Amino acid sequence: MTQAREDNALDLAGSQAGQAGARPSRRRRRFSVLTRRDKILLGLMVGFPLFLDLALIWGPALVSIGLSLTNWRNTQPLTWDNFVGLGNFERLASAYPPFWEGLKHNVLWFLVLMLIATPIGMFFAVLLDRDIKGSRFYQSIFYLPVVLSLAVIGIIWQLQYSADNGFIDAVLGFFNLPKPDWFGDPNINLWAALVAASWRHVGYIMVLYLAGLKSVDPSLREAASIDGANGRQTFQHVVFWVMMPINVVIVVITTIESLRAFDIVYIINQGKNGLELLSVLITNNSISEANLTGFGAAIAVVLLVISLVPIVIFLSWMMREDTSA
Amino acid sequence: MTTVTAVTPETKPVRSRRRPIQWGNIGVHAFLITMAVVWLFPVLWAFYIALRSFADTTLNGYVAFPSSLTLDNFFNAWTQGDLARNYIQTLAVVIPGVILTLLIASMVAYACSRYSWRFNRLILMVFVAGNLLPQQVIIVPLYQLYLALPLPKAVSDTGVLYDQLIGILLIHIVFQMGFCIFVLSNYMKTLSKELTEAGLVDGASVLRIWWSIILPLCRPALAALATLEFTFIYNDFFWALLLIEKGAKRPITSALNNLQGQFFTDFNLLAACSVLVAIPTIVVYVVLQKQFIRGLTLGSTKG
Repeated sequence: MTQAREDNALDLAGSQAGQAGARPSRRRRRFSVLTRRDKILLGLMVGFPLFLDLALIWGPALVSIGLSLTNWRNTQPLTWDNFVGLGNFERLASAYPPFWEGLKHNVLWFLVLMLIATPIGMFFAVLLDRDIKGSRFYQSIFYLPVVLSLAVIGIIWQLQYSADNGFIDAVLGFFNLPKPDWFGDPNINLWAALVAASWRHVGYIMVLYLAGLKSVDPSLREAASIDGANGRQTFQHVVFWVMMPINVVIVVITTIESLRAFDIVYIINQGKNGLELLSVLITNNSISEANLTGFGAAIAVVLLVISLVPIVIFLSWMMREDTSA
Repeated sequence: MTTVTAVTPETKPVRSRRRPIQWGNIGVHAFLITMAVVWLFPVLWAFYIALRSFADTTLNGYVAFPSSLTLDNFFNAWTQGDLARNYIQTLAVVIPGVILTLLIASMVAYACSRYSWRFNRLILMVFVAGNLLPQQVIIVPLYQLYLALPLPKAVSDTGVLYDQLIGILLIHIVFQMGFCIFVLSNYMKTLSKELTEAGLVDGASVLRIWWSIILPLCRPALAALATLEFTFIYNDFFWALLLIEKGAKRPITSALNNLQGQFFTDFNLLAACSVLVAIPTIVVYVVLQKQFIRGLTLGSTKG
């Protein structure tokens, strides 16, 4: 009680005399300096964007869950008769083969980006972090695909992959080798698309790791080299672990990128015939002639549940960083 | 030597010791040059195909030396695809999109990071997590919402939010906000606490402090984010594909979906079209590379 009154007095004195006195107590009662008008203004500054965020992102995410329990087809009004419980999910699991295909492709997408593209990006970063000549030049080139839209990337790679007019098959034909239809053959088109997606992902990862490597305390490397570690050992046993925060971000980004993958398969063949992904199954079912709104929403819920994993990882990382900072 | 290390406190001295071993470096350069060629090739190839005439490629094949190079494909793609229209639509979304996203995000970041109140961290997380959701998770209800939400005829010729550039603008702002709020709030946390407090003590309103003290100090972060957001919004394919009915009304990147079908029989035109779509982001990247990379780095590290 007396403590509080003292604080108040201090604060008054502080605000009259400028900065000097209020220091120790300021942190706790920062709001006390704010007028009523200020508080309303701050409320609006946060409230309006928060309303939009809830109305257009979190609201629809929740409504997706509700719709996933219906067989609503959007052509008639939605009523209680449309409620089918978990029927959509049963159908997804047992009577809709594209769902498992799509899920499998999303997993493959993640594995290829995580286990192939990400290490390549990291390797480029390690090479370019040493002060070799032209490091910036190489960086610019490896990074270039990242600024391109995935739709443009799909078309650029079509010029490579096309069976009749593409570069790759023209070269293979010159050597009398078989000429696969890279984007057309359902056994290989996912891999062909993944090459294009990785082409972009590598540059992204490289930039993030370059920033991470710059932030590693040089004395750690010196200490390691004094202890007799070579470059590779230093990276493997010291640098990689010091960069743990970046590693977490990269796993999160890679997971989310592979769940979001859409543009590139859509521009190739609208995500059909070997290129099914959960993301395209959602739109192809619910926003199309089929009008299977409820069924599409059920796939969206599956995608939502999966994406909560990286999101929770990221948020807990964010909280930990916040408290440790 | 000492002055150099003082200015750039990196591992320079250790690294320069490596210099004498030239053979290793030659290997590294050979590797990097090979990779750089591989990396650049698909883009250069698209340019090359775009510069050759259809007649030339049908006669000699695509993998051949050109008999002549021409800019005709670019002009033809431009006029046949009516690209001017799509570019104007892109501008109508990208410019207000970047400005409004940054303004709104900076307000939220300011209110959440410069003042502590009960839910400030929770609300930051709501925004950040919203930005991490795959867009497809929310598209089903959002599509219905856009079809149902009435707008006055003065703003929307369809009478609803669907099929309108303003609808695309809106979802971009809301979706991109999360990332910008994350970056800006981290940036603002590094600014001295005294700045806000001195302003408050002098009787400035919170709005005034935001506009005349905090925003000017955030200029580096804002510049980096503006560059990044320009490409993010410019490169959007998904929102406009689903929330606008026809290619003619879409911004350029999503219009590609239709242009691809239109030019499918003429690879040279298709290449020219993709190059035209890619050029604005490539130019921004070449001119503002530093901003671009700083934006991404700010997003992944703290400050």
